This record gives sequence, structure tokens and C-alpha cells, in this order.
Amino acid sequence: MGGTRLATGIALGCAALLALAFAFAWHPAIEPIAPSSVGPFDRALVADGENLARLGNCAGCHTEDPARPLAGGRPLATPFGTVFATNITPDAETGIGAWPRSAFDRAMRRGIARSGAHLYPAFPYDHFTHASEGQLQALYAWLMTRPPIPGRAPATRLDGVFSFRPLVAAWKLLHLDEGPLPIDPAQSPEWNRGRALAEGLAHCGGCHTPRNSLGAEDKARAYDGAMVEGWYAPPLNARSPAVRPWTVDRLHAYLRTGLSPAHAAAAGPMGGVTRALSEVREDDVHAIAVYFAALMSQAPAARHDDPEPMDRQAVAQQAHPEAATLFAGACAVCHEPGAPMMQQGRPPLAWGTPLQADNAHDTVRIIMKGLASPAGPTGPAMPAFADVLDDRQLGELTAYLRTRFTDKSPWPDIGDAVAQARAGEAK
Amino acid sequence: MIALFVNGQVHQVDVDPDTPLLYVLRNELALNGAKFGCGLGQCGACTVLLDGKPVFSCLVPVAALGNRKVRTLEGLASPDGSPGVLSVAFEAEQAAQCGYCIAGMIVRAQALLERNNRPTEDEVRAHLAPNLCRCGTHMRILRAVRRAAEMMGGGVRAVAEQKP
Repeated sequence: MGGTRLATGIALGCAALLALAFAFAWHPAIEPIAPSSVGPFDRALVADGENLARLGNCAGCHTEDPARPLAGGRPLATPFGTVFATNITPDAETGIGAWPRSAFDRAMRRGIARSGAHLYPAFPYDHFTHASEGQLQALYAWLMTRPPIPGRAPATRLDGVFSFRPLVAAWKLLHLDEGPLPIDPAQSPEWNRGRALAEGLAHCGGCHTPRNSLGAEDKARAYDGAMVEGWYAPPLNARSPAVRPWTVDRLHAYLRTGLSPAHAAAAGPMGGVTRALSEVREDDVHAIAVYFAALMSQAPAARHDDPEPMDRQAVAQQAHPEAATLFAGACAVCHEPGAPMMQQGRPPLAWGTPLQADNAHDTVRIIMKGLASPAGPTGPAMPAFADVLDDRQLGELTAYLRTRFTDKSPWPDIGDAVAQARAGEAK
Repeated sequence: MIALFVNGQVHQVDVDPDTPLLYVLRNELALNGAKFGCGLGQCGACTVLLDGKPVFSCLVPVAALGNRKVRTLEGLASPDGSPGVLSVAFEAEQAAQCGYCIAGMIVRAQALLERNNRPTEDEVRAHLAPNLCRCGTHMRILRAVRRAAEMMGGGVRAVAEQKP
């Protein structure tokens, strides 16, 4: 009968699709090795690997306890559930000590563990796949010469269907573009080098590019700015809201020291990134600065000369009188024009990106949590005001700062930003 | 006039609302435990408790206080006026050299031990990190905090207990 034949056809079709999917999603385990069988490694190669590990800020995710570097365990909240970074020390049982080079390369380039399991793209192999052969060789040499630290990170169990790892194969089909990026002959060698580092191991887009509903970076909106762990990673392209242009020299100083005297200090997760970059080789950081200065060369700030800092004190005082009092008592000793800190070359609030951005998240969080001293220059740290100001006062002060130090429209979402920051604090 | 709740009492003070709490404590209320160190929230000599949380009183405008409760070093004494547990422990360990930072150290340590009298050594050190001592009596200060934790029925553990 026609119906039976159709049913058989559908069944056969499904079976064929399943077989194809299996063949695509399944990868063999790679035989373990004895950790003692790798190396010895050339010392210069290990040093190159250390430089690259800082550039990629491996420790940012893989170190939870500073006394147990790279032993994993740090939770990363994603919309699909919490991912725990794994142990990447060369411990044979719980780390990557039993991983031969081929397994390491497969993980970095294709997101597959030695066991054959698919790794979640919280591990940014969509960027690491662009690493060069030489970079992977150096990173492997550095990792395998770290002290092995036993310790299994909590198992990652994502919500619902996302806990089924073979689905990651489909994600990769859509979003993983394997291999190093081609050289762009229209650009300088340093730009190409900066792009290879930024798009590869440094994985800048991991925070600064918005993600789609499957958690993949939306390449059409590359560097448009995105939320990450409650902080707003601002745009790094023509949409940069900076009021003063990001030149190569300013970016270089910022990335290297955590402070651009023409803009502001690095805040939130970027503080840790700049601390790591402060120990990366000068020419690598400079190349990254060249790449991002080019990306931001069409931003509004690039079209005119440096403006004087905006200060609409009278307007802000009238709009937010209570906050003006709070500012005078809590903030002015450092941030009022002429305050001692300003005499030491710290930038005025008007030049920082947080107040210029199109949401209040970073401003609220900086007031609440404060800022550690930048990696480079010595000088004051910003204290935290979470226990000094209540939610209403925080909101008022944030609105006052936006009014006083920018000419942009008021933020509509300040209350939400405060509530979210408080909720994050309670965890 | 602004009403302040300090050490269990209400005070009416006639000051500008942007005046830092530290100045009001010292100049209006004669509570001189909290010290002026840097005036920039960097050193911790001015630390007081605001609803139980340690804050730099040099950066707290009185306008921010509302009904919240302030406690200073003076407010940590026992009801009969004898020194509080932390003061006794700091004296027993001779933790002060010049003494300028000590009021802030005691007040900040109080906030931790009230919440948790069995902290780890790392927790104690991280908690006290915002307060600076230029004489270098840190080891004695840490000993005093350990002693106080024991006097409060707890103690400072060397390392965190492993989670099961």
C-alpha cells in the first residue's frame, strides 16, 4: 500500500539522517598518554606559551582559587545554565596531563575533549580555532610544564535539552569557522597581526559582541557591545560612544596599564584583562591596539578634536538636588574638577565610556563595587559604595552623573540596573 | 537640623547635609574613635559600622544616612562601659604601635566576627585588606582578631573546611 511505503520511506529517511548526525556528532577518544612522556620543552617555547596564556587570559576563567592556578571550578553563568571551567593543569586524572598534543589541538580548534565529548562554546574555541600552529605548540608546552594540581571542577549540567552534548555538533555546524584567518593584503602587517591575536587567542568578541539565541556571537553585529556577567562591554567599532577618539597610543596605554588618561580606568571583567595584558609582550599589545583603533576610526569621536570635559553642574543640580548633595559629600573629594586626584592626571568623569554608553549598568556597578587600582600607574583605588548608598540614592546619583557630565538623554533603565546589581551582589 | 542614630542614641545636629559623617562624629558629637586619615576612602582609619557594614565615614555624607544605624568604636563597649571584646583582645596582643589605624581595624573586624566568629585566616585577611597600618603591626592585629574570635566562642580556622 502507498501508506506503508510512505511510512517505510520516512523511517528509512529518519534512520539515514540519524546515522549522518551520529557520524557528524561522534568523535573517537584519543588514547591517553603518560604525562612524563611529553617534553622536555624548549624554554623559549614555554615563555612564548606563557605570553599567549596571559594574552588569552586563560586564568580569568580557569583559576577560581588563586592558590590553585588553572585548576578550574570557576562558574560562568550563561542563559542556558552554569558552566564550570575545567582543570587545565597537567594532572593526569583530573586535568589535561593525559592529553597528547593532538587532543589539545582538537579541543582548541574544534571544541572536542580528549574523551571525544563536545565542549560547550563557553570555552571560546570559535576564537581559539584561529590560533596558529606555532601558538598552539607554545601554549601546549606552557600548560604541560605547569604544576599538576588534582581537583575536579563541579560537573556542568545545563538546563533541559542543552544538557545533551551531541547537540553542540549542530551548533558548530552553524557557528564554528575552523582554522586561521586569511591575511588581508589591503591592511598593514601589524593590523593583520593584531586581528589574528584579537580574533584568536585574546577572544575580545567573546565579551564585546552580542550573542544570538543559541549563544553564538552575532557576526553581523561584531563588536557592537554586549552584556557579560552583569557588566556592559562597550562597542569597539563605529558605534563606540567614547567622546574622545581611541587612538593607537591611547588604546595601547589602556590595554597595557588599565588606565587611559584620555578616557577612564578599566572596570569590571576588563580590569582583570588589562592586568593580564600588562605582562604581555609590548608588540603584541600594540598590534591589538592598531586593530581596534582601525575598527573605531569611524566612530563619532574620531570626527572631531578632543572636546573639553562636559560639566553641566547647574543643570544637574536643578534636576537632581539630592544627588548633588550626595556627590558633594561622597564623590567630590576625588572627582570634582581641581580635586587632588584630578591634579594627578586621572581623567574627568565626562571622558569615560560608562557615562556615555546607552545603558546605566557599568556606572551603577562601578559606584557599588568600586574599582581596584589600575595595573600600571600607582594611585588611588575607587572605594565601593554599595553599603553607603541605598537603591534610591544610587539611582539618583547615577542620573545626576549622566546629566552633569554628558549631554545625552537620561537613562530610562537605572532602577533595573540597580536591582540587577544588588541581585548579583547577594549571590 | 539632621537626626542621626549613633550608638543607640538619636542626635540632632546642625550641619550641611553634604558634610561627611566623620566630621560630625568628631566635631559635633565628640566621638573621636574614628580618625581622619586620608579623607579619600583609601586608608580605613575612619571606619564605622552602618547597619552593621563597615564603611569609610569620610565618604558618607550625612544626607545619605536616613534612619540607618551608625556604630563607632565607642559603641562597641559593653553596656557597663568596659571595653568590648575586640578592644580587650587588641590590648592583650599589644596590637597598637602608633594606634592611629586601630579604631578602624577594630570596627572592621567587629563587622566580620559579628557575622561569622569562625572565619578562615584567608577570610580575616581579605576582610581587613581595605584598612592600612603604616607601622606594620599587621601580625599582631591578626593575632588580636584570632584571640577575639576565640573570646566570642569561635576561632579562626587555618583553611576552609572542604565541602562534601
